[in-house]
Amino acid sequence: MKMRELIKKPATGILLAILIGFVAGAVVLAVAGFNPLEAYGALFRGVFSKPKYIAQVIIKSTPIILTGISFVVAFKSGLFNIGGEGQYIMGALTAVIVGGKLELPPGLHFVVVIIMAMIMSGLLGAFVGVLKTRFGVHEVISCVMLNWIMLYLSNFLITTEWLKKPGTEASIEANTSAWSVVLNSWKTSDAGMEQLANSNSPMAEVLLKTDFNYGILVAVLIAVGVYFLYKNTTKGYELRAVGINQHASQLAGISVNKNVILSMAISAAIAGLAGALTITGVMPHRVTQLATHEGYGFAGISVALIGGCSPIGSIFSGLFYSMLTYGSASIQSEVGAASEIMDIVIGVIIYMIAISSLFIMLANRKKTAGCAAGKRKAEKHG
Amino acid sequence: MNAEFAVKMQGITKYFGDFCALKEVELAVRAGTIHSILGENGAGKTTLMNILYGFYTCDSGKIFVHGSEQEISTPKDAINLGIGMVHQHFMLVEPYTVLQNIILGDETTKIPGIIDYKKARRKIEGLAQAYHFNIDLDAKIQDITVGMQQRVEIMKALYRGAEILILDEPTSVLTPQEIDELIDIMHSMVKNGKTIVIITHKLAEIMKSSDECTVIRKGKNVASVKIEDTSENELAELMVGRKVHFTVEKENRKTGEVIFSVDRLTVEDDRGITKVNDISFGIRAGEIFGIAGVDGNGQQELFEAIASLRKAKTGSIHMKGVNITNTSPREMFENGICVIPEDRQKSGLVLEFTVAENMVLEKIGRAPFSRHGLLDLKKIRKNATDLIREYDVRPEHCEDTRAGALSGGNQQKAIIARAISNDPDLLIAVQPTRGLDVGAIEFVHKAIVGQRNQGKAILLISLELEEVLKLSDRIAVLYNGKFADILDAKDADENRIGLLMAGGKNDENA
Repeated sequence: MKMRELIKKPATGILLAILIGFVAGAVVLAVAGFNPLEAYGALFRGVFSKPKYIAQVIIKSTPIILTGISFVVAFKSGLFNIGGEGQYIMGALTAVIVGGKLELPPGLHFVVVIIMAMIMSGLLGAFVGVLKTRFGVHEVISCVMLNWIMLYLSNFLITTEWLKKPGTEASIEANTSAWSVVLNSWKTSDAGMEQLANSNSPMAEVLLKTDFNYGILVAVLIAVGVYFLYKNTTKGYELRAVGINQHASQLAGISVNKNVILSMAISAAIAGLAGALTITGVMPHRVTQLATHEGYGFAGISVALIGGCSPIGSIFSGLFYSMLTYGSASIQSEVGAASEIMDIVIGVIIYMIAISSLFIMLANRKKTAGCAAGKRKAEKHG
Repeated sequence: MNAEFAVKMQGITKYFGDFCALKEVELAVRAGTIHSILGENGAGKTTLMNILYGFYTCDSGKIFVHGSEQEISTPKDAINLGIGMVHQHFMLVEPYTVLQNIILGDETTKIPGIIDYKKARRKIEGLAQAYHFNIDLDAKIQDITVGMQQRVEIMKALYRGAEILILDEPTSVLTPQEIDELIDIMHSMVKNGKTIVIITHKLAEIMKSSDECTVIRKGKNVASVKIEDTSENELAELMVGRKVHFTVEKENRKTGEVIFSVDRLTVEDDRGITKVNDISFGIRAGEIFGIAGVDGNGQQELFEAIASLRKAKTGSIHMKGVNITNTSPREMFENGICVIPEDRQKSGLVLEFTVAENMVLEKIGRAPFSRHGLLDLKKIRKNATDLIREYDVRPEHCEDTRAGALSGGNQQKAIIARAISNDPDLLIAVQPTRGLDVGAIEFVHKAIVGQRNQGKAILLISLELEEVLKLSDRIAVLYNGKFADILDAKDADENRIGLLMAGGKNDENA
């Protein structure tokens, strides 16, 4: 009975799924002839043994935390935003244009960049919402199409003279005034460089060797903001109501269409923010020609699911996801097993989370089914 | 074995939780006849047939098919015994052709994996000829009328060798012409030795089609009669039954001005069929205006048009002089109309929300529940605490409970508490006691009459004849999208209304 209650808690399901994911990974490693313990040891050393590793995990978690929250926002309103990729590109592209073409004071420039990026990708999301509400186009269809449209639009724009950096396959860079790298001007000044080179503090290593940036703070702020939106605002209430029950919402005078469009816009704006923060925060601060999507949008779906479809949960699952992918490089270099082993682990975790509702169902199942028939059979034979 | 009775059900009892849906019900269907099962909504007709078809197993009782006792625990068992069922809501694959739908799940094959369409087609064409079916095998389901879709369902059952065919409310979605055609088909099937059981509450159709009729009320047998020995009047009385009324205290009070009016309203359904046909009425303050009628005669479309969920084709709807035709549910609410919707789970509550959240669904944007777009969670909770106490919503202190975890009666209480706390000038109650137990029904009725006694206008749309009679000051009977008549409550009784509901003429009432 107690077990049953425990299984019903969503967090239990997620932790169980993670455990099963690691076990499945271990089995695959063992079958392939590697020692799973050694491999996982390498994974954790690769993440925790040096401060700069931890910093890298945090840096790499920023975009996927945001695309995760982006997915959560749409999901709360009953929408499946699979267009994170395209919205991410829209954000990155806008960031490069606004960051590279405008001259503004540091700080302010950064703020203008991310606001413009959010507006542009937000409009892209609103467009998806309008297609859905006006013409009945399912958001998954339009989002997948827009993912590719945005990829090729980006590839095209950065070949134009206006945006191309001569001699490269990439765009111009965002001006340093738009960067969000921590202590950027100090650490690139002569005095700063000298001081860092002579210091042994872990912080110095992080500053010197990584693109440690303020993006994670923005991501956490967004997570808290989205949490507040749903918990404490009228809009959030409406967005959730529409997501759960359109009929009741509509009859109660809540506009389903408006909220669907708004939800897609907010969701897309957050995915766009992820793209913008990558431009402002991480070398090389520009957009390059791509053959296919970078996968931040899709990773966001995994992050959202592992995080229990909550904005705060997405922070932790984003860090976790980033840890696995970053640490997987160490598995490859130290143990020799392919780093894709972590894809298997993540895949299994997501499958397990998807079917964790099945566990709940099984826990709920009472022994009533078939009882009546059994009783009748018993009576007949008796 | 060739027995006199195709189906015999003895002492069938079925509980859903504590609710007794059927108690010791008997049914005997003679082979080669059309047998009707008559009863009000929720009387247990469909449950009885679902037991016969193996959807449910009964808690006790025996089933005989063609004279031998059978255990039917799945629909597969039923099909193997030659029992077929056509449900009220069709189960067809829309983009498939008629032929594909008929053979779906029972495909004849040439070699395993390859469907033998020719053989199937020959078989179906043979059946169609025998029963005078007019059916286009190559049309897609999505392109054919509902009447045709029903024939496909019937053909599906025949194709699987059904000897006994159960039709659940077969006429509720059909046009009058389609109903006549269906009755013809039923007669030709009986001529060919089939046995048909139809579940219905439409009296005229029973008189036209059936040989015998079993009447069920509240899960119990009331009577079994031969159609030739009975009349629509008698059936109406048997169906609605009791001479005893639980009367509700209704003050005699003077009604006020007409505050809500519908003028020459015409509404079409999704298929473009006129469901509300040129209806006009007005409701005064302090009056309960009841609309009685059998399901599918335009109630839903009428309600949806009033709530602006569906566009009115022509005509207008005014609330206190304001034209609210084709505006929005928000506009309706702002003009003082609140709704107790028919389907509390689909349209009334957001089940994943807490009770407290549900209690402010329409007025979340207003003070004191929110200011400047920020929720006042304390006020929202306090509001729920007060309403839960006042309306006795259980379990106690369920402010933070998911609405979906409440029982049906308590969900309905929550909706009524919410609607009345909005202090509307017009309260629209659609099927407000559907599926509730006697205690909850009494509560709901008292709340509605209480509103009337406070001088509010009430529009009551209900399929429960008894409910309409008990509560209303004036009663309109909706039949085929028109009001068959509008009666004063004092001139109305079950027989008269029952006849009007079934399309009978008012003056036939003796």
